[in-house]
Amino acid sequence: MNLFVWINDVFLKMTWLYDSVGTVLGWFGLTHDSVLGAVLHFFLYDTIKIFILLSVLIFTVSTIQSYFPPERSRRILGRFKGIWGNLIGALLGTITPFCSCSSIPLFIGFTSAGLPIGVTFSFLISSPLVDLASILLLASVFNWKIALAYVVVGVLLAVFSGTIISKLHLEDQVASFAFNKPAFELDEETLTRKQRVSFAVDAVKDIVRKVWLYVLIGVGLGALIHNVVPEPLITGLLGQDKWYSVPLATLVGVPLYADIFGTLPIAEALVAKGAGIGTALSFLMGVTALSLPSMVLLSKVVKPKLLTIFAVIVTIGIMVIGFLFNAFGLGLL
Amino acid sequence: MIIKVLGTGCPNCLKLEASARIAAKELGLEAEIVKVTKIEEITAYGIMRTPGLVVDEKVVSYGKVLNPTEVKVLLEKVSAPGRLSGV
Repeated sequence: MNLFVWINDVFLKMTWLYDSVGTVLGWFGLTHDSVLGAVLHFFLYDTIKIFILLSVLIFTVSTIQSYFPPERSRRILGRFKGIWGNLIGALLGTITPFCSCSSIPLFIGFTSAGLPIGVTFSFLISSPLVDLASILLLASVFNWKIALAYVVVGVLLAVFSGTIISKLHLEDQVASFAFNKPAFELDEETLTRKQRVSFAVDAVKDIVRKVWLYVLIGVGLGALIHNVVPEPLITGLLGQDKWYSVPLATLVGVPLYADIFGTLPIAEALVAKGAGIGTALSFLMGVTALSLPSMVLLSKVVKPKLLTIFAVIVTIGIMVIGFLFNAFGLGLL
Repeated sequence: MIIKVLGTGCPNCLKLEASARIAAKELGLEAEIVKVTKIEEITAYGIMRTPGLVVDEKVVSYGKVLNPTEVKVLLEKVSAPGRLSGV
């Protein structure tokens, strides 16, 4: 076994955890012969794995993120024109920390600094959709090829949607106060190493507090899908040969609000039971990229026409990605 | 002294407001604490991350949920020159 496979199995897939959970359940007579045993095995293994990965990943990622506060991203973005602005915006979106309750100040902070709204949208789309932690999590649940493919299409979706929004010249669709120059100039703060560590520790606590319930619900649903829902039902509705599976998964996912940590176990179980990989990714992207709560927030600065265009473009993009993965993605599994 | 807490009302903003109250009380400052929740007013201060803390119209912190001790340090820094000139 080569080193890479070993590292992957031990640290990302945690095969040892899978085996030990199975052994412990075996002591209680709960083997895979019973539905309860199988459900518990999936639930316990996935919950423990996700919380371990979540803590380690968020800590590492937040430390990297502490070097890219939105103030710095805004300054970097000011240097790029046209589609490069969208591309860099999408890439910075993957590493800039921001909580959803800050999306409006961030939106205004970008536009008031003179950044094109398309660039801001590229940033806002990629930020929840593709983050560093989600890449490693996808590699753990599926594999590296899927994780990298996900990142590439996620960033492309953000660049593409932002570019269209730029081309449509919808500046009049943004509340006028968003263009006002702020009355105050802020100094960019520099952090000491100790402050970065405490920033990262706070981020781990904050995110665990925010997502633990979603993770438990997600893993619970995943365990049920994995072991209780009959396979023909999944393949019939969501199989990769069913054209309607992608729109169905996308439209179910879009209004839902959850983050990638809670959604992945569901996607994992769906794929294991015969859903298309594109179908599962569409669901995942629909849940993370768009949600009713975030739309309500955005509606405070963005008028309905632009909001609708934004939602429609992203939804169509997610479906296109789903169809492409179902058509060509099997080789990745 | 006027202390403003900038934030649309998310849990973090409420925590910061509580910290500010405790800090002002413990320092014995005559401070009025104002909550700024309108997005237009928040962004006029140029911050991109809430919650923000503004003391006498100067942004002293943003994007951080400070505990009372941290707020005290900031308040002491801001109010120190005033005390000196008063002597």
